[in-house]
Amino acid sequence: MHEITTTRNNHLIDPSLEIWGWEIPVYLFLGGMVAGMMIITGYFLFKQRQTEETCSCRYVPWVSLVLLSLGMFALFLDLEHKLFTWRLYTTFQVTSPMSWGAWILIIVYPAILVTILITPPKWLVEKFPVVKKYSEWLNERKIWIKNIGVANMILGAMLGMYTGILLSSLGARPLWNTSILWLLFLVSGLSGAAAFVHMVAKNVYERELLAKADNGFLTFELFVIALMIIGLLTSTQVHQEAAMLILTGPYAATFWVFVVGIGIIIPLIIQLMAVNHKVNHTPWAPIMVIVGGLILRFVIVEAGQVSSWF
Amino acid sequence: MARYGMAIDTKLCVGCMDCVVACKTENNVPEGYNRDWITEEAFGKFPNINLEIRSERCNHCENAPCVSSCPTGASHYHDIGGVVLVEYNECIGCKACIASCPYDARFIHPDGYADKCTFCIHRVEEGKDPACVSVCPTNCMIFGDLDDPNSEISKQLNSRKHHSLKPVAGTNPKIFYLT
Amino acid sequence: MELSRRRFLQISSATVTGLAAVTSLSSITKGAKKIEEKTGKPAKGIQKIPTYCDLCFWKCSAVAYLKDGELWKIEGHTNDPLSNGRLCPRGTGGVGAHYDKDRLKTPLIRKSERGEEKWVSVTWTEALDYIADKMEKIKIEYGPESMALFSHGVGGTFLKHMIKAFGSPNETAPSFAQCRGPRETGFELTFGDIVGSPERTDIENTKCMVLIGSHLGENMHNTQVQEFAKANKKGATFIVVDPRFSTAASKAKYYLPIKPGTDIALLLAWMNVIVNENLYDKDYVEKYGFGFEQFAYEIKDYTPEWAYPRTGIDPKVIRETAYEMAKHKPATIVHPGRRTTWYGDDSQRSRAIALLNALLGSWGRKGGFFMPTKLSIPSYPYPEYPKPERGRVDNPDERFPFAKGELLANGIREATITGNPYPVKGWIIYATNLLQAIPNQEETIKAIQNLDLMVVVDVVPSEIAGWADVVLPESVYLERYDELNISPFKEGFVSIRQPVVDEPSHQKPNWWIAKELGKRLGLKKYFPWNDIEDYLDTRLKSVGLSLERLKKEGVVKAPKQPIYFEDGVQPNFWTPSGKIEFYSLQLKEKGFDPVPKFTEPESPPPGYFRLLMGRAPVHTFAKTQSNPILKDMMEENSVWINNDIAMRYGLKSGDYIKLKNTDGVVSNKVKVKATERIRPDSVYMVHGFGQRSKMLKSTYLKGASDAQLTTKYKLDPLMGGTAMNVNFVTFEREA
Ligand SMILES: Nc1nc2c(c(=O)[nH]1)N[C@H]1C(S)=C(S)[C@@H](COP(=O)(O)OP(=O)(O)OC[C@H]3O[C@@H](n4cnc5c(=O)[nH]c(N)nc54)[C@H](O)[C@@H]3O)O[C@H]1N2
Ligand SMILES: Nc1nc2c(c(=O)[nH]1)N[C@H]1C(S)=C(S)[C@@H](COP(=O)(O)OP(=O)(O)OC[C@H]3O[C@@H](n4cnc5c(=O)[nH]c(N)nc54)[C@H](O)[C@@H]3O)O[C@H]1N2
Ligand code: SF4
Ligand code: SF4
Ligand code: SF4
Ligand code: SF4
Ligand code: SF4
Ligand SMILES: [Mo]
Repeated sequence: MHEITTTRNNHLIDPSLEIWGWEIPVYLFLGGMVAGMMIITGYFLFKQRQTEETCSCRYVPWVSLVLLSLGMFALFLDLEHKLFTWRLYTTFQVTSPMSWGAWILIIVYPAILVTILITPPKWLVEKFPVVKKYSEWLNERKIWIKNIGVANMILGAMLGMYTGILLSSLGARPLWNTSILWLLFLVSGLSGAAAFVHMVAKNVYERELLAKADNGFLTFELFVIALMIIGLLTSTQVHQEAAMLILTGPYAATFWVFVVGIGIIIPLIIQLMAVNHKVNHTPWAPIMVIVGGLILRFVIVEAGQVSSWF
Repeated sequence: MARYGMAIDTKLCVGCMDCVVACKTENNVPEGYNRDWITEEAFGKFPNINLEIRSERCNHCENAPCVSSCPTGASHYHDIGGVVLVEYNECIGCKACIASCPYDARFIHPDGYADKCTFCIHRVEEGKDPACVSVCPTNCMIFGDLDDPNSEISKQLNSRKHHSLKPVAGTNPKIFYLT
Repeated sequence: MELSRRRFLQISSATVTGLAAVTSLSSITKGAKKIEEKTGKPAKGIQKIPTYCDLCFWKCSAVAYLKDGELWKIEGHTNDPLSNGRLCPRGTGGVGAHYDKDRLKTPLIRKSERGEEKWVSVTWTEALDYIADKMEKIKIEYGPESMALFSHGVGGTFLKHMIKAFGSPNETAPSFAQCRGPRETGFELTFGDIVGSPERTDIENTKCMVLIGSHLGENMHNTQVQEFAKANKKGATFIVVDPRFSTAASKAKYYLPIKPGTDIALLLAWMNVIVNENLYDKDYVEKYGFGFEQFAYEIKDYTPEWAYPRTGIDPKVIRETAYEMAKHKPATIVHPGRRTTWYGDDSQRSRAIALLNALLGSWGRKGGFFMPTKLSIPSYPYPEYPKPERGRVDNPDERFPFAKGELLANGIREATITGNPYPVKGWIIYATNLLQAIPNQEETIKAIQNLDLMVVVDVVPSEIAGWADVVLPESVYLERYDELNISPFKEGFVSIRQPVVDEPSHQKPNWWIAKELGKRLGLKKYFPWNDIEDYLDTRLKSVGLSLERLKKEGVVKAPKQPIYFEDGVQPNFWTPSGKIEFYSLQLKEKGFDPVPKFTEPESPPPGYFRLLMGRAPVHTFAKTQSNPILKDMMEENSVWINNDIAMRYGLKSGDYIKLKNTDGVVSNKVKVKATERIRPDSVYMVHGFGQRSKMLKSTYLKGASDAQLTTKYKLDPLMGGTAMNVNFVTFEREA
C-alpha cells in the first residue's frame, strides 16, 4: 500500500489544477484559426490570386483580425493581474513561450493590416484616401505582395506552433509535455481555417481546393493524434497515465466522440464524398471541423491540468 | 555568493503544521491558501508501516521552470542566495509559472499576482531564520548556505542520507529531506 | 492518603528576591497601543508584548507582536522553560482567537426554551443583576452548596474564588474525571504523588520511552513534543503501543499494535519478564519499595505467552521490549499518558504503569520522572472562606473511595439529575464545553433541565452556551490579565498574561466578572483589590517582584534547584507506608485488587467497530475550530477506517458517511480516511468536531462529534472517572 495525504488545499490548485477555464482554450483555438487563415491567405497571395475579385484573401484577413482580437481579449480576461498587462511589453523573455506569443501577436497585427492594405475595401478608401496611395504603391510591386504572402505563411506557422508550444513547454503537466503538440495544434488550426474558408469561399476553385486541402489536413491530424498517443504511451508512467485521461478516463468520451468522431472522421468522410461528387458540399462538415477544433483545445487544456507528476 | 537551501529531518518532523501556521501569520497568507504544507507518505501493510512526514514548500529550484516560463520576468532568481521570488508589480497573473511548477508550489493571491514561499527573505536579510524554521517545535528544519561547507545544512547533507522531491522533473530543487 | 499535604510539601520551592519597586496603578494599562496617545493616529512600527498562551492548559510563555497597531503574530518566549521560544501550532495560531468572526459581543439572556438559541442582548448590569438575584434565591431556598461551578483553565481563577466565597465546595473541571484523574489516582496509590501538569516526565534525557496511547506529536503539549524530538535526535529508543499507527509510532523502534483495552495484560507481562529475569532496579526497589514480594507472587503467571492471546502482541516482542526498557533503566520512561479515561480499569492500568516505572527505578531519576520545582508565591491574603455546611456533592457515600483529588464533573451532573445527596440548582460554566467534554450528552441536558440558573462564560456561542439562561462574553486571552502562571516544572518560574489588544466590543475579563458578581452577592470583603493589576502587584511584591517587571520581562525564573534523587532531592512517598506501594493495602481494604489484574474488555458486536479518539496537532478539543487560522489548517475531522474494512464496505478515502453507535445515535456526515494505519477492529476520530451550535457558523456540523457518539461510558470503580473508549459504531452511507 502506498498512501499519500497532503494538507495543501490551495484554491484552483488542489486537488488538481484549475487555473485555466474557458478563456485559454478559446484563445488557443482562435489563435490556431487565425494561424491557419494567415497561411491560407499567404498562400493565395504568394500565388498572386489577390487580383481575383472573389479571392478569399480579400476578406479572410478581416476575419483574422476579428478572431485575433477576440482571442487576445479572451487571454486578457484570463489574466489575474490585469492592471499590469503592459508588463508583457516592457521585456522579452527568451525562455518563455508566453513572451514569444505576446510579441508574435504584436507582429501578426501589422502583418494582417498590411495584407488588408493590398486590397482595401471601398469604404476604407473613401474614408481614408491615404490608404489608396499605399495600396497602389504596394500593388505596383508584385514581389512585395509575394513577400507579404510568405510573411503571412511564416507568421501564421509561428502563431500556430506557438499555441501548442505554450502548453508543451509546461513540463510539469505530462499530457502537454509532448514534443508533438505544436504540430497537432498547427494542423488543427489549418484544418479549421481551411474548413472555414471552404465554407464561406465565393470562388469555386478555392472552395474545391480547400475542401481537398482540408481532407489532407484532417488525415494528417489523425496521424498526429496517433503519434502523440503512441508517444505518451511509450514514455514514463506519468505520461501513460496522462494518455489514459483521454483514452479511457474522464475525458475519453468527449475526446473520441467530439474531437475524433465529429471533429475529424465524420466531416472527413462527408468531404471525401463531396470532392468525389458523391454528395453535395454541406456547411455541416466544416462546422463540425471547427467545433471539433475548439473542443480539442478544451480537452487538452482541461485534461492537461488534471495530469500531473505522481 | 550564498546559495540558500533547506534540509528537513523527516525522522524528527511530526507533521504538526506549526510551520504552516507560522508562515500564515508571518506572511499574512490569505485564508484558503498555504505557502507550505505537510505531506504524509505511508508504505506497507498494517502493522508494518513506514511513514514519511514532510513539510513542503517551493523548492527554490536552481533550474526553475517557473522562472523560465514567466513572460514578464516577474518570477526571478533573487541576487541573494538564488531564492526564487515573484516581483508582484511585474506579474500579470498569466499563471504560466503555476502550470510549469512540478510541485504545485504556487497559487494566485486573491490580489491577482502569483505567490509562493519567499524563503522569508525579509527575515533572512535580517539574519533570522525563516518563520517556519524558527517556530518548528521539533527543531527539524535547517536553513542555510549550501555553498558554505561549514554551514549546518552542508554538514547535515554531507553526513546523512537525503532525497529531494521529483528529481526526474530536473529542476534542481534546493529543499532536501533527511531520512 | 493526604492529598492536600503532598500538594504543597512535595514541591521544593524557591523565592526570588529582587527590588520591590513601588508603582501606583490607576487604570488597566494595555501592553500595546493601537492608537498613538499624542497624535490619535494608529501606532507605527512593531510592538512586542510578553504574555502566556491560552490555546491549551500547558501555559507556554509567548511574545505577541503588533504591527502598526494591529495584532500580527505571536512567538514563543525565549526565556520560558515551557516553550523555549517555540509555540506549538495552536499557540502560533492563537492570534486567530482575537479575530474570530463568531465571537460573543454582549451578554445574552435566553428568551425561549432552553437550547433553542434564542436570545436578547442585554447590558452587563442587567445580566449580572439577573444572575446575582437567582443565586441569592438558590442560596435562600437550597443553600449555597446548590450552586456549582465548572471551570477549565487558569482563566477561571476568580470565579472559583467567588464560588468558594459564596459558600459552595462544588467546583470542578472536565480535566479530571474525563482526563487525568485515573492516572493521578494510579500514581498516587503507588508513589504517593501525582504526575501533575505539566507532566514531570524527563523526556529530554530519556534513553527509552514507552508510549501507551499517548500520541505525542498529535498531542501537542509543547515541551513534551520538543523533548520527544530531542531524545529522538540523541538516539533514544521508542516503544509505541497503540491500536493506531500514530505519528509517534512512525518514530518508534517497536510499534505494538495492541488490541484496544488490553494494556494491563501487556504491562503485567512486561513486569513479569522484568521481575522473573531479575532485570529490575534492585537497590531502588529494596530501598523504596513496599510489598514487593507479594507483588512478585501476584504477577508470576503473567508471562508474555499468557499476554499474547489477550493483547495480540507477539511474546518475542514483549520480551525484547522489556529487555530494551531494562537496558536503559533508570533513564526509561513508561509514559503515564494524560487522557487516561479509556476502559473503566483506568486507575489500575495507570497503577500498572506506575509499578513498571517503579521496577525500572525511574521515579525521581534523570531520564525518568523528575521532581518538579516551583517558584512559590503566596496567595493573595484573602479572608477565610465560609465553611460549607454540606460537603462535596459529587461522590455521595464515598461511592468511589479514591475520588480524593478534584471533584467529578460527572458526579455533579448526576447529583443535579437525582438531587442526591442534595439538590444542585445553579451551574456556572466557565470555558468548558460540557456537551463535548462529558460523555452522554442526553444526561447533561437532563441535568440542565433541572436547573434554576445556568450561566455560561465563553468567548464564542459554543454548544453549551446554547443551553444557558445567561451567556457572558469573555475577552480572549490576548485582551486580558489572568492569574500568574507558576507551574511546577524543571525550573521554578513565574509568567504573566497581560492584555495585548483591546476587546473588539463589550467583552469583559473573568476577574472583572467575578468581582462584579461578588459585589452584588455581598462578598465585597473577598474582593479587596481595586483591579487585577492591584491584585497581581500585591502577590508579586510579596516575593520582591513587581507587576511592572513582569509586564516587561514576561517570565522570571527562580534559581535552579535539583530535580533528581541522585542530585539530592529527598525521596518522599506520601503513601500510608511512606514507600512505593507495590502491594496496596489501601486498595485491598476497600475491596480492590492490591496488584492490578487484567479483565477482558468487551468485544465489538458483529459489524461494529470500537470508536477511538484523540487529538489533531492544530486543534484543542472543541475550542479552536472557529479560530480562523486554525480552521484553515483543518476544517473538519475524518474517520480512520482500516483499508480492508473500507474495501469490504465499498468505502474509499474522501467518501462521506455517517456513524451510528449501538444506542442508535447517528453522527453528522464525516469523511472517510481509508488507511493501513489502524487496526481492523477500531475506527478513530479527532475529538472536538461536528459541533451543533448554529450560532457558531464556522463550525456548524463540520465533521462528526465523537462526544455525541459517546453515549456509553464506564465509571472507574476507584475514582469515578468516565471511561469513553467503550462505544461501538457502524457505518451508514450518506444519502
Ligand atoms: N493538539 C492537541 N494536543 C493536546 C490536546 C489537544 O486538545 N490538542 N489536549 C491535551 C490534553 S488535555 C490531553 S488529556 C492530551 C490527550 O492526549 P493523550 O493522553 O496522548 O491521548 P489519549 O486520548 O489518551 O490517547 C489517544 C491515543 O490512544 C490510542 N488508544 C486508544 N485506545 C487505546 C488502547 O486501548 N491502548 C493503547 N495503548 N492506546 C489506545 C489512540 O489510538 C490514540 O492514538 O492531549 C493534550 N494535548
Ligand atoms: N468525547 C470526548 N470527550 C472528552 C475528551 C475526548 O477526547 N473525547 N477529552 C477529555 C479531556 S482530556 C479534557 S481535558 C476535556 C476538555 O474539555 P473542555 O475544557 O471543556 O474543552 P472544550 O470542549 O474545548 O471547551 C472549552 C470551551 O471554552 C471556551 N473558551 C475558549 N477560550 C475561552 C476563554 O478565553 N474564556 C472563556 N470563558 N471561554 C473560553 C470554548 O469556546 C469552549 O466552549 O474534555 C474531555 N472530554
Ligand atoms: S513545524 Fe516542524 S515538526 Fe511541525 S510539521 Fe513543520 S517541520 Fe514538521
Ligand atoms: S518549486 Fe516550483 S515555484 Fe518553486 S522554484 Fe521550483 S518550479 Fe519554481
Ligand atoms: S503569473 Fe506572474 S509570475 Fe507567473 S508567469 Fe505569469 S507573470 Fe510570471
Ligand atoms: S520560508 Fe517563509 S515563506 Fe517559505 S514556507 Fe517558510 S515561513 Fe513560509
Ligand atoms: S502547548 Fe501550545 S497551545 Fe498549549 S500553551 Fe503551549 S503553545 Fe499554547
Ligand atoms: Mo485532558
